Amino acid sequence: MADYNAMELMICVAARNLENGATVVVGTGAPCAAAMLSQKTHSPNLTIMFEAGGVAPILPSMPISVGDSRTFHKAVLASSMPDIMETCQRGMVDYTFLGGAQIDMYGNINSTMIGTNHAKPKVRFPGSGGANDLASLCWRTMVMTPQDSKRFTDKIDFITSPGYLSGGNSRYEAGLPKGTGPYRIITNMAIMGFDDTSKRMKVLNINPGYNRTDIQDNCGFELLWADRITETEPPHEDELRILREEVDPHRYIIGR
Amino acid sequence: MMNKAVELKQGQNQLFSDPDADKAREFFRNKSRAMVNKVTTVDDAVKRLVKDGDYIAIGGFGANRIPTAVLHEICRQGKKNLAFAGHTATHDMQILVGGECIDRLDIAYVIGLEARGLSPNARRAVESGKIKLTEWTNATLSWRLKAAAMGLSYLPARNIMGTDTFRYSAAKEILCPFTGQKFAAFPALYPDFAAIHVHECDVYGNAHVFGSTVSDQDLAKASKRVVITTERIISNDEIRRQPTTTFIPFWCVDAVVEVPYGSYPGNMPYEYFSDEEHIRQWLKIERDPEEFRKFFKNQILDTKNFYEYLELNGGIARMLKLRAIEHLTHNR
Repeated sequence: MADYNAMELMICVAARNLENGATVVVGTGAPCAAAMLSQKTHSPNLTIMFEAGGVAPILPSMPISVGDSRTFHKAVLASSMPDIMETCQRGMVDYTFLGGAQIDMYGNINSTMIGTNHAKPKVRFPGSGGANDLASLCWRTMVMTPQDSKRFTDKIDFITSPGYLSGGNSRYEAGLPKGTGPYRIITNMAIMGFDDTSKRMKVLNINPGYNRTDIQDNCGFELLWADRITETEPPHEDELRILREEVDPHRYIIGR
Repeated sequence: MMNKAVELKQGQNQLFSDPDADKAREFFRNKSRAMVNKVTTVDDAVKRLVKDGDYIAIGGFGANRIPTAVLHEICRQGKKNLAFAGHTATHDMQILVGGECIDRLDIAYVIGLEARGLSPNARRAVESGKIKLTEWTNATLSWRLKAAAMGLSYLPARNIMGTDTFRYSAAKEILCPFTGQKFAAFPALYPDFAAIHVHECDVYGNAHVFGSTVSDQDLAKASKRVVITTERIISNDEIRRQPTTTFIPFWCVDAVVEVPYGSYPGNMPYEYFSDEEHIRQWLKIERDPEEFRKFFKNQILDTKNFYEYLELNGGIARMLKLRAIEHLTHNR
């Protein structure tokens, strides 16, 4: 079996979830690496999009900003923020990736603040940026994140970007487009989906080297478990080679 | 169709600008549409077009195609109590917070510099409680500008409902009169002042922008007063030779300033890449408020103009290196 680190595993798993012919809006870092890896393995016809306007670039290297010139290098389209977001709103964008300081059992994400006073937060983060928009409007949202019981919390300080809100049908009753929502949460320990009815986070696969106790102990809320749980398929040799040699040769992301 | 009474919510935070479309029309009624030479200096443009208390917005995307010279000059002239559209505001926000110019902030994305990390100084300012904060998102601010560009008072959209981002915004929920679908209504944003950096424009302000355009076309239309800084001034013949390429037309523009390398230390697509060393230096120095104050004074307040600032940071030799990085001819 190949040697790999948690970030490499998460990127490989995320890449496998992006099918050929799909559209995905990515940010800088791991999501961009996952989309590039997917393109170079099983999804050559995956369309990578950036929220500032870049569509289907031939990425010469990892962008440092979702609006820098790399994001539309030899692209098919260099358009605008409203154009990308309206394409999401029309239902043409399949996937997006988000991250945050906190995530709850319904996949709601906090990237705004820690504390209880919005006007004077204990810790302030950048805010939504395009995250809420993409989580609201793309069909499927994925998250790649290290897992611990602080980040996976039952007391989220601020819902920046919508998951399934308070579960059940609440996301759609709030007015968000039908059929959208969190799809996969990919951590160093496991891969989670969401229960069809309650919309609570549910473990689907356990990563090699971890067990149920590890996963529940590193989660601040009670996880659901799929009826049949299999071990996550570890990164293949060819995935790792392409990731290390072609996608992130300077180890900006996989070296973290 | 909704079959039960729907409770329509509204965001609880302050709206920092007036969305009234009739008031905007009154302003635009009197805005000059004469095609006259608008070339001036950064100093004069900021003096004439920015007033204390204004609502301002900046083109580009944080550290990509930003009008750095205008941002510096706003600090040098000590403009105060500005409201700011934090629409992926990164280095632009660092500068305005460094100059202590802002007291109201519409937040989509602030204090971060994307993959580079967070700005300690901007973070301190936002955590201090001294700046009034209202939450939005990148799409929301784009559509608020689009509503204004269309001459409306709001636009409906399908994002942010049900979240705390909505709760701390100034948006309102509405029902579609045709389908009964619930939408978030976003108030039009008519900034008092906008500065946009472009690749080329003529003396009248007819401008070309290459690469991703972010929200700049709507920003130019929505804003009451607009200064364009440009990498180079081109002839009006060039504009007329390819009118489909005109990105911003003259009637949006109040002042034109030629500022080569004007997005430095930001990236200017097809021209030069961002100066990552310089931006890292900012982020590092910001950790110590006292050191940062000295640095900011030395770099911005005490430099006579943007060219002195460029000289301070490596001048033309540095610019050529950044050009090489942009054109992938320099092996970093």
